[in-house]
Amino acid sequence: MKDDFPTPPVRDELKKRVVETPDGQTIEIDPLRDYYCQSAPTVMPAAYSKIVEGLFNWARAESLWILGFGTGCGAIEMRPLMTPRFDAYRYGIQWRPTPRQSNLFVISGYLSVKTLKRVIRSYEQMPNPKYVVGLGSCTINGGMYFDSYNTITRLDQYLPVDVYIAGCMPRPEALLAGFEELKRIIRAGKAEGANQYAEQFDWYKANQKRVIHDWDMPDYNW
Amino acid sequence: MLYQPDRSQYPSRKPDGSLDIDLSSGKYLKLWQGPQHPGITGNMSVELTVCGDEVVEGKTHVGYLHRGFEKLMERRTFIQCFPIVCRICVPEPDFNEYCYAAAVEELAGLEVPERAHWIRTLILEMGRINSYLMYLGGQAGALGQGVIGQWTTYVRDLMLDRFEELSGARIYHMFIMPGGVRDGLPDGFDQRMEETLREIESTLADVKDVMFNNAVFKKRTVGLGYIDPAIVDQYGVTGPTARAAGIAKDVRRDQPYLVYPELDFEPVVGQDSDVFTRADVRRRDLLMSVDLIRQILARMPRSGAVMAPLPNVLHWKIPFGETYIRGECSRGEYGYYLVTDGSGYPRRVNVRGPSYTHAMALLERLIVNCNISDVAALMVSLHTYPPEIER
Amino acid sequence: MRDLYDRLTMAFPLGELTEQRPDLAFVTVPREQLRSLLLHLRDQEGFTHLVLLTAVDWLEEGHFQLTYLMNNRRACRDLGVRVMLARDPASMESIHDLWPTAATYQRELREMFGIDFPGSPRVDEDFILEGWIRTPPYRRDFDTLKFSDEVFAPRPGRASSDPAEFMKQQLYPDKT
Repeated sequence: MKDDFPTPPVRDELKKRVVETPDGQTIEIDPLRDYYCQSAPTVMPAAYSKIVEGLFNWARAESLWILGFGTGCGAIEMRPLMTPRFDAYRYGIQWRPTPRQSNLFVISGYLSVKTLKRVIRSYEQMPNPKYVVGLGSCTINGGMYFDSYNTITRLDQYLPVDVYIAGCMPRPEALLAGFEELKRIIRAGKAEGANQYAEQFDWYKANQKRVIHDWDMPDYNW
Repeated sequence: MLYQPDRSQYPSRKPDGSLDIDLSSGKYLKLWQGPQHPGITGNMSVELTVCGDEVVEGKTHVGYLHRGFEKLMERRTFIQCFPIVCRICVPEPDFNEYCYAAAVEELAGLEVPERAHWIRTLILEMGRINSYLMYLGGQAGALGQGVIGQWTTYVRDLMLDRFEELSGARIYHMFIMPGGVRDGLPDGFDQRMEETLREIESTLADVKDVMFNNAVFKKRTVGLGYIDPAIVDQYGVTGPTARAAGIAKDVRRDQPYLVYPELDFEPVVGQDSDVFTRADVRRRDLLMSVDLIRQILARMPRSGAVMAPLPNVLHWKIPFGETYIRGECSRGEYGYYLVTDGSGYPRRVNVRGPSYTHAMALLERLIVNCNISDVAALMVSLHTYPPEIER
Repeated sequence: MRDLYDRLTMAFPLGELTEQRPDLAFVTVPREQLRSLLLHLRDQEGFTHLVLLTAVDWLEEGHFQLTYLMNNRRACRDLGVRVMLARDPASMESIHDLWPTAATYQRELREMFGIDFPGSPRVDEDFILEGWIRTPPYRRDFDTLKFSDEVFAPRPGRASSDPAEFMKQQLYPDKT
């Protein structure tokens, strides 16, 4: 496998270099080290008491904040979900514009390799605990695009997935049912995606690097 | 006194015409808008180089939604291609089905029944209404008027209900097959459609009051993103974007297809060619589609076949040939270029989406000297759907 | 269309005219004449709108076909201009100065077919794919299913069958 994919050359803006600042100083820049905050993910232990952990899980389940990143065609059903007809807000679900404020990543459909790279960065920037919902058949086994050279076929090889919602395209009611299922899993304390990602970090990274040919970021950036 | 911007900070040009931007000078900043960004039309990104809050250079980056449709269709039979083509453009999938079906019919020499033509026209106009309603919500949302999006999404849901009773699906209808359409209209469809159209009309009257008469909306959009009518052909601009520049380009009128020759309509044309005019042209075009649907429902034949007899689709071979089929979708000219080589598989399919030219060459030109806060509104006003750019 | 073809053949060595529809025809032109023909069509004949520029891979014959589809809105007709290129190494003159939008098409062809357009803006940058180093994917000798199976670890249990074979098994199992 390695021979098929020689590493592409590092882009110019990512190389180590010495620059002169506007006020005349000379500084050395190593973009891959300086521009990112780099540290391996850690497993988040449960609270000391079962009752407290249950309370936390209940609170987490009732405030699912979705990252507003329409990665595929499923993004089109997000808009009806936000409006009064289906109104996901009444279940405590809302959309946030930035990964820092959200804890649920809805992968809306097929993921091309180029998007997968951005999805991984966005996912790693989300604070713990975080959940992933795979929407559509194409996240499960490739669906319509099982033979495409540019879309991944199994999402769970690259990110820990809590709930899959099948269909092409799943209806808003199916999405709401999927979110209810996710809430049930969270309340039961079984939505351990972020911890699983931390535990099997090397396996996930190896899979990600196998499909993303120009890997020009640190292993974990947040 | 007129406002004179200070141009001394601006980059000079190199002898080859490119901008001389030295990022380490501290005067310029590279700013990525997208792909994970609330002010972007779908999954694409624009790499902006800004000086102060003004854009000096913009580069569109696409490819986040590439699935390789043109390759996938080469290894599927003609009938297997039919269910996947609608996935090419998500908000208005029916044009893919129509263009693909018409191209296959032309090369295979199939004669489509009259009634199927009427139903196809009806579907395409319904899809156009959906797409415009989404656009109006997005355009208002890009300037902070979230309520318009709530209203238009509500009436769009009503239109999706009509699609659902027709085809059983909300988004991907897979209704227009090579040879005709899957089925006729259900009982009572006309009456429910009329109710939906009335709802749309009353919502649009509200939208006109709240959005188009809004002082903030007018102030921010009038004069923004001017497209010179002289560059319309150079940049391959089509559809409402060209019509807002005063050029009455409408495939429905220029090279009529389906039953458009029998319908009574005139292309909607604007004059000022800015974001406001483009929004207004689309609103009036939407009302025209409402009128067209009424005409179609009043005049379409109610009985007769809806499908031409197909050959055995599992062994369907189409002789050597090439053709191009175009239609006027809500963004401009949509077309399929189909090449066959006598086998059971297409040799080559090329999809000509209007967003392809609008989002790349045209946007990169318009975005220069635009304020950062207006970039989202400008981008939405070109009405680009990323999935059809990269397929 | 025939009248236009007769006028054009007086100035250009054109191939046979293929009339697909009354308003659509295709014609082949040698690559040296392409630029002057496009200029003539744009400035004299009113074909001002470049609808699309794409390529077809004729692997068996060993060449690429480039199609420049031109539209004349006043006369309501289209002319497709075909150019045949050698397959390896494929290279073609750029027309981005005639239509700025052609630069985008040429970037796509460079990436997806490996046809080079020297001088076209940003032609060597990544357009759709990122860090792609294999055979350009739209070439006929690139097998997308094989690539997908190798790289993307398909989920076990998914089987796909040839529909013709499947129906034959269902309907006439004893017939060979």
